[in-house]
Amino acid sequence: MKLNWFKYAAPATFYPLAGKLIPWFALAAAGLTVAGLYLSFFVAPTDFQQGESYRIIFIHVPAAWMSMFIYIVMAGWAAAGLIFNTRLSSMMASALAPTGALFTFIALWTGALWGKPTWGAWWVWDARLTSELILLFLYMGFMALHAAIDDPRRADRASAVLALVGVVNVPIIYFSVKWWNTLHQGASVSMTMAPKMAATMLLGMLVMALACWMYSIAAALARVRCIILEREQQAEWIANLGEPA
Amino acid sequence: MIWKSLDDFIAMGGYGFYVWGSYLVTAALIGAEILMLRARRRTVEKARQVQKILSEQTKHETTT
Amino acid sequence: MMQTLRYVVFRDLLLAMRRRADVATTLFFFVIVASLFPLGVGPDPKLLRVMAPGILWVGALLASMLSLGRLFAEDYADGSLEQLVLAPEPLTLVVIGKVVAHWLVSGLPLVLISPVIALQFDLPREAMVTLLLALLLGTPLLSLIGAIGAALTVGVRGGGVLISLLVLPLYVPVLIFGAGAVDASAMGMEAGGHLSILGALLLLGMVLAPWATAAALRISLE
Repeated sequence: MKLNWFKYAAPATFYPLAGKLIPWFALAAAGLTVAGLYLSFFVAPTDFQQGESYRIIFIHVPAAWMSMFIYIVMAGWAAAGLIFNTRLSSMMASALAPTGALFTFIALWTGALWGKPTWGAWWVWDARLTSELILLFLYMGFMALHAAIDDPRRADRASAVLALVGVVNVPIIYFSVKWWNTLHQGASVSMTMAPKMAATMLLGMLVMALACWMYSIAAALARVRCIILEREQQAEWIANLGEPA
Repeated sequence: MIWKSLDDFIAMGGYGFYVWGSYLVTAALIGAEILMLRARRRTVEKARQVQKILSEQTKHETTT
Repeated sequence: MMQTLRYVVFRDLLLAMRRRADVATTLFFFVIVASLFPLGVGPDPKLLRVMAPGILWVGALLASMLSLGRLFAEDYADGSLEQLVLAPEPLTLVVIGKVVAHWLVSGLPLVLISPVIALQFDLPREAMVTLLLALLLGTPLLSLIGAIGAALTVGVRGGGVLISLLVLPLYVPVLIFGAGAVDASAMGMEAGGHLSILGALLLLGMVLAPWATAAALRISLE
């Protein structure tokens, strides 16, 4: 059987598909969260150096991973929208941005709460925290530019260029911040975990990361459905959708 | 078992404020995002209903 | 091809010359920002010497950003930008010309005046030479990156504030290596490494930024 993937590139066919997929992703996110929290709080042993405060990493590290991963995926969708001129790709990009910014903020917030007991300060100009902060600015810029342009197609294309410029810059920013950090502070503070991290800790982190991933997909799909409805008010297929479930 | 009692669990070895501060704020933010998505969804649906009624009215007027 | 480039540069310079006050504003902004810092943190020469590279670079960043609005906005307002986009000459070339003119008008004066400001902060002489070199390499990069932001916000409501949100995060590597170079030579170390990285970033910017700016301009004007 040959599946025609391009069929789902049209909002009219993607809309019901997304609606069918959301509950499954939401369910997976909820289940994985429960499992991940159980692993993080009841299975993973107490860290002999940091005590219980290290349990923050079970949310901090997955959130940081997601924040970077979502930016790359967002730029990928934006690029696809720019190259193939598909409306849905650009809609996906703008649907991902708020969730990505949310995870960036969570990574910063939990980083600060982890840093206070560990380093003795709420905020340390650590390379990763600083890059994460700049990533938050990049998300803000993307959303602000999109919101400032009235014509949605033009907004899509302009913010796509910005996302691509950002994606080229993110590694440069990361390495320059890292370099700057080693110059000014030495290697005294670093968020890297002890080399022999307990396997259960790693497992807890991975399960939590998967939960965040499922949640992001569900949230992005839900948002893209809203965007489709907002933008295609006039389309005939929307008028024929019937009553909301 | 790591925790001896519920109080022990909440205290988190003295780091309760930091650990629960992280998890509760994360939960609150994700909850807020879900609520915002719901609200957005409802607004769009409402606009759609209005549109539908309007378009049916105009159809009705043109046929009569 | 060179003729197109020369024409665009010459035209923009001529326009800038007719509005000399705008050019002077950028320069004064830089001087004022740099002079405000000692008033804020106190006149301790040791402290100022440590802070000088950062202050001068942040000042240069802000001054360069302040003048970005002029890059395309006026041409957009009087319609000549549309003519330039429709012209048979490659738009990338036009963009390069405009960026060169922008740098000559807003970047180069900063570079030239920076030794005077550096004196205010009591920077040692080697550091001053490094500062001059670093600014010479860094300010064109600021104009190149800024042009992308300026092109994206052409004709957008509140573009002036928006452009700072778009452009400043992208300026971070320039700030780090620019200030780092001056820092290193103020501490008596070799600054060649930082300057090389700055030069590499400039080359990368020269290849990618005009292209991205041209794409952004086409999107903004369609």
